[in-house]
Parts: sequence; structure tokens; C-alpha cells
Amino acid sequence: MRRTLLGVAATLLVATTNASAQQHETAADIEDGGRVFRSSCANCHGQDGDQVPGVDLGRGQFKRAQTDQDLVGIIQKGIPNTGMPATNFSPEQAARVVAYLRSVAASRRGGSVTGDVSRGKAVFEGKGTCATCHRVGAAGSRVGPDLSAIGLQRRAVELEQSLLDPESDVQIGNRTYRVVARDGTATTGRLLNIDSFTVQMLDAKEQLRSFLKSDLRDFGFVASPMPSFKTRLSAQEMADVVSYLVTLKDRTAP
Amino acid sequence: MTARVLALVVLAAASLQAQVTFDRILHPEKEPQNWLSYSGSLFNQRFSPLTQITAANVKNLELQWIWQAKSLEKYEATSIVVDGVLYTVQAPNDVVALDAVTGRPYWTFTYENLPDARNCCGRVNRGVAVLGDMVYMGTLDAHLLALDAKTGKLLWKTQVAKTGERYAITHAPTIVNDKVIVGTAGGDFGARGVVAAFDARTGKEVWRIHTIPGPGEPGNDTWSGDSWKTGGAGVWNSGAYDPETNLVFFGTGNPAPDWDGRQRLGDNLYSDSVLALDADTGTLKWHYQFTPHDEVDYDSTQVPVLADIQWRGRPRKVMLWANRNGLSYVLDRVTGEFLLGKPFVKVNWMDGFDPKGRPQRVPGKIPTKEGSMVMPTVLGATNWAPPSYSPRTNLFYVGAWENTGTVLTEGLSPRAVGRNPMGQSTLTPNLNKQEDGFGVIRALDPQTLEKKWDFPMNDITWGGVLTTAGDVLFSGGKEGYFLALDARTGALLWKMALGGQINSGPMSYAVNGRQYVTVAAGTGLFTFALRQP
Repeated sequence: MRRTLLGVAATLLVATTNASAQQHETAADIEDGGRVFRSSCANCHGQDGDQVPGVDLGRGQFKRAQTDQDLVGIIQKGIPNTGMPATNFSPEQAARVVAYLRSVAASRRGGSVTGDVSRGKAVFEGKGTCATCHRVGAAGSRVGPDLSAIGLQRRAVELEQSLLDPESDVQIGNRTYRVVARDGTATTGRLLNIDSFTVQMLDAKEQLRSFLKSDLRDFGFVASPMPSFKTRLSAQEMADVVSYLVTLKDRTAP
Repeated sequence: MTARVLALVVLAAASLQAQVTFDRILHPEKEPQNWLSYSGSLFNQRFSPLTQITAANVKNLELQWIWQAKSLEKYEATSIVVDGVLYTVQAPNDVVALDAVTGRPYWTFTYENLPDARNCCGRVNRGVAVLGDMVYMGTLDAHLLALDAKTGKLLWKTQVAKTGERYAITHAPTIVNDKVIVGTAGGDFGARGVVAAFDARTGKEVWRIHTIPGPGEPGNDTWSGDSWKTGGAGVWNSGAYDPETNLVFFGTGNPAPDWDGRQRLGDNLYSDSVLALDADTGTLKWHYQFTPHDEVDYDSTQVPVLADIQWRGRPRKVMLWANRNGLSYVLDRVTGEFLLGKPFVKVNWMDGFDPKGRPQRVPGKIPTKEGSMVMPTVLGATNWAPPSYSPRTNLFYVGAWENTGTVLTEGLSPRAVGRNPMGQSTLTPNLNKQEDGFGVIRALDPQTLEKKWDFPMNDITWGGVLTTAGDVLFSGGKEGYFLALDARTGALLWKMALGGQINSGPMSYAVNGRQYVTVAAGTGLFTFALRQP
């Protein structure tokens, strides 16, 4: 089941996911959550999470929990006077299980449009102008996140969400920063390092730049320069691009 | 206010990083602000043309920043600087890109060696190379990696030799045209040395030679029986390149087992040698063996230093070499002809050269049953640390160990891949008397190989030497002092205790018109510049 949901690129899941549960979980974290679920939870809840009456973990139906935090608490502390025992999971482990359940639920909610990898590659390189900022292998720009191994790092549902709402889940290494020198010269780029006195970034011209804050008129995070593709691409094109992206699994460069 | 003025200057002239063409690497004199290869040029002179820091003002050096490696290994890497970005190695094999002005990080590439990587003598790395928009590093598990210089992303990874056979790469790769050339360490374990060239864009192998000839090849008969198979002769320091002859030069390490020559009778070519290879094909054009049939571990893996000098009244293309065996040399680098050789420290294992440059041995100065004191010590009169040649002073500078010896006792040790085949010996450093061993920075005149001046230190040195066009010499030693000497006289001009051993060569660069000099000590990188008014 998990393989179907996570591994195959052909299905595009259109529904908006509950992003909060997965904000900082990688595909590897979710896989890990799935392993924990199957070894520790599935005995009672079943592999599909629907064996306890009134609860369907794989479809987001819970008796008591509303939020992810509720779920983490229940996994850690159990529910008194029921069959749900406490565990010795750390908050991070519990959160990974929750992320797994949310990802399963999100996947099931979706209607599906079948994407085409080669059409997706064409959209990526053409109409989508993705390579203006992103790099795949040795082609494209280094300014945005390198996508050579994105299929190992992100699931289809997350990629689609990033295309619809680029600001919703930006990894810490991909944040956009802008500095303005005293003479008014502004530089925007991907933030590489920041400390009390200096800022380092890869600017829009792919130059490594370092600034002393004492020399700047203004500095701070700005929104991702990536536009939403909600209206720029059709649902089919979106599905094609996502299908292409999940095939990018360059293991030399994750 | 001062800080603000400085900051504005820095910002206003933020440098642009351009592609590093091979022509740039070949002509570092055109861009003295950068340091584009291990020893600053492919002639390995470790000479910076920068002139801001001089003998007169070096006393005003001030610490600008320290970068601390998250590593407990020895810091042997020389940094590379390209247009304001400094690349260094966090031992064993993490590559770090820093802002050369502030020492703050742009990116870090972390590498996990294969679990069977087991090299001799410290999990170290001596630096990276750059070409185009890539950074290259050899690894302890004997791979060659190419990284994106802007992001640290791994672009390709090629296995150079088998990790399990004790191969490793510890030196900075040598770039020649469109190739990355590396050699393999592992000679102390009997791993037969390799030099190999790879396509810089793709990592595909272009040529490969063994440092020990195989059956049927000239020189194979300088090994008794099958001893050539496990004879070592590793390569663990960077090469030099001469564009006029298209020759690339590498020094080779000791034959194995190190201290027991009875198992490998003969001269043991091409151990303890310099090899001149055609850079396009790897074909051996000439060789010179510094220590035939070595039984002391006199690796010749010092970097070859090339210079164009006046020699006996006419210009000559030479190679200068201060060897671990205690002898210094001037060779003709076009033909390999031996021009001059002379001890630069106390040497007792030879007492002269024949006309071809073969050392004449003193009987008994080999491992014996009763033990025989051989000078210099097995650790050498100098080791891998890079020397310097200043075309301004015409002097050759080397960090040396004076008055050292080892009592070598004959022994037997079984030899097999993966087992330590060093043989048996008793090491007796002479550390108890006034005349005992000590470290020294020594200036040699290539015309005579006579000493021009000495700067003696209480302890020995693993520090390299940098000279600059300001006629300042920078070096250091095991005591952890970073030293600035007058390159003409050896007078001490400035010193700073850095609190850790200096195990690498200093280098110099400039950003926005300000000259910096940087050196690794302990596990940190220390960068200095003149105090600003």
C-alpha cells in the first residue's frame, strides 16, 4: 500500500494536503514513520489503520484528536482505560508517525490526473521556465533548490503543493534573503549562512556573496521568487511536471 | 568609523567569481590575488607575487579570523582561493567554502569514507584543486570527487583504486589542461603505486600508470622475485607541470617492506624517484631515483619545485628537490640530467655521487642485527611539507630536520596486503644532547646547494614555507609559532603563537586590494592581514 502511495509517480493528487503535519518531514522521515506504524501500531489498528471501530487512521478519522499535536500526545501517552497504550517514542518519532498517517490520508483524498513524464520534462524546460532557477544534473540555474534528486526527497503531493503555493513549505536551506547596501544596491539570493554580523548568499547571478551587516541599510527574508503555477499551468501540465520531478533520483547528488 | 570604512570598501568591490580556466592556473602571476593550485603555481614555488605585506610592515599583522575544523585530525590542507572564495578541507574529506574576508561559511560538503578505508599515518588531506566551476578532492577510500564550486554538490565520483587493498588519496589533485591527475598512497602497506588522469568534466579515466613496472617492462627486473607486486612506491603529494615540455612530475614513496630490503633485492624502480610523464598519455619520459634500494623509508613525495634559473652562465630549466633522504638536488627537468646534489643536513648513509648522480653508499648504514644509526632519521631530513622558491631572492627554502638519526635493526616481518609490512626497527631519536636533532628553516642557494641562512627552532617542523614578493618568508613548526622571516637574511620579523602544531604550508591571497596570509594550526585556519589605520 505504501509503495503505491509513495513510490509511483504516475498519479497526481490534486487535493490540498494538511501541510502542517508534514512541514518539515522529508520523504525519508515519512518512510520511517511508516515503518514504526507497521511494527508498533498495525497490530491493533491494522495495516490500513481501520481495524479499531470508529477510527480510520489512513483517512484522518479520529475519535479524540483534532490536531497533529493531539495525535503526538496520544501516541506518547496512550489513552487511559482503553486498549491504546503509552509508548516510549520521542516527540520526533511520534511526529514522524503522524506525518506518515497524514500523508496516507492526503493521498487518498485526492482525485487523480495521470501525468506523463516526457511531457512533464518538456513543460519543465519550456513553458514552465523552471530551469531559470532550478538545476537538474548539470543544466539549469543554482539559484533555486537543486532538483536532481528531488524524487528522493519529496513525494508527489508535496511537489504539487510547492507548485501551487511555493511559500507553504520552504526548506531551511532554500530561503530567500535580500540585502540593501547603503548606496541602495539590492541583492537577493538563496541564504547560505547568517550570523550576528554577516550574511552569505548565492545571489541571482549565481555568485557567492558575503556582506557585513554593518554595511547594509536593510536586510531580511523575502518571499520566494517562485510564482504559483496554479493558473500558469493546466491541471494536466501540473500532473506532467510532478510526474517528471518524482523521477529525478540522482543518487550522486542528494 | 574605521570598521564602516572597511566594510564599504569590501562591499563596493565584491569580487565576481569567474570560471577557472587552465590558462588561469598556468599563469597565476596575472592574478596574484588568487591562489589557484596547491603550491600557488604548477611550478610549486609557493611564492606569492603580492607586495602589500613587506619585511618593513609585517610586524603590523593582525588576526582577521579563525575557522575551526570540526575534526580532530591533523590539518594539512593548503587552501585554494578563487575570487574571494576560499576552499579548504576538514579532515579527512569534508570540503568547505568560506568567504575569504570573514571566514564565514558558504557551504560544506561532507563525505563518509567507505568503512574499509585504512590509510597509513593519519586521516589527513592536503587540499583540493579547482578547474572550471568544479572543486576536486581525492579521498581516503581512494576515490576522486568533483563538486560544484558554487554549491558543494557532488557532480561525479570515480574510484581510482581499491580501498580494501589499502589504497588512499591524501594529496591535492594536480590539474593539467582538461585532466585531473592523482596518485595513490598505501606504499607502507605494499600497495603498488598508481598515477592516473581523469577527464575533469566527466571523471572518466584517461590514462593510468603503475609506479612499479610490471613484467616485461623496463625496471621490473630491479625487484627480486615477485616483490614488485607488493613493492609500494606510493604517491602522496601533488605533482608539478611544465607546459613547454608537456611533462607532469610526481615524486614516489618508499619501497615496501620499508626497513627490510632483503625481501626485495635490487634498485626497486621507481620507488623514491621523480617520474616525468607525458601529460596526455602518462608515458614515462624520464626518471631519476634519489635512493636506490631504500631500507630507511626515504619517501620522495616532496612536491617537485620547478624554476628557470641561470646555471653556469646560461638559462636552464631545472627542478629543485630537498629530499627526505637528506640530500638536495638540481636536476634538468627537460632531460632528467643530474646537475648537482649535496647533503642539506647531516647525512651518513652516502658519501658522494657517481657522475650519473647515483649516491655512493657507506657500508653498514642499513638495518643490521646489532643495530645501525642511520642519519637522517626515518622521518626524514624533510618530509611532505611544501618548500618554497623565491624568484626574487633566487633561494630555495625548506623546513628541515637537522642532526637526526634512527637506529635500524634487522628484522623480518611477513608481508601481505592489509598487514603492516614495515619490518622491525628500533627508533632512537637523539633528543637528549645539545647537538641533538632540531628543526630549522633553511635557505639554500640552488647554484651551490650551500646554506645561505638558517632559522633554527627548538622542536622539529612539519610546516611548509611560503615566500612573497614583499620578501617575507612565512612558516612555522611543531611548536605552533607562525613565523615571518626576512627572506633574504632569515631574520625573525614577527611571530604569533597559534596554540597548535603547524602541519601545512601557509599561503597568501588578496580580496578588494587587501593582502591576507593564512595558515592552519592545530585544527584551525588562522588568517592575518595588516592592521588598518
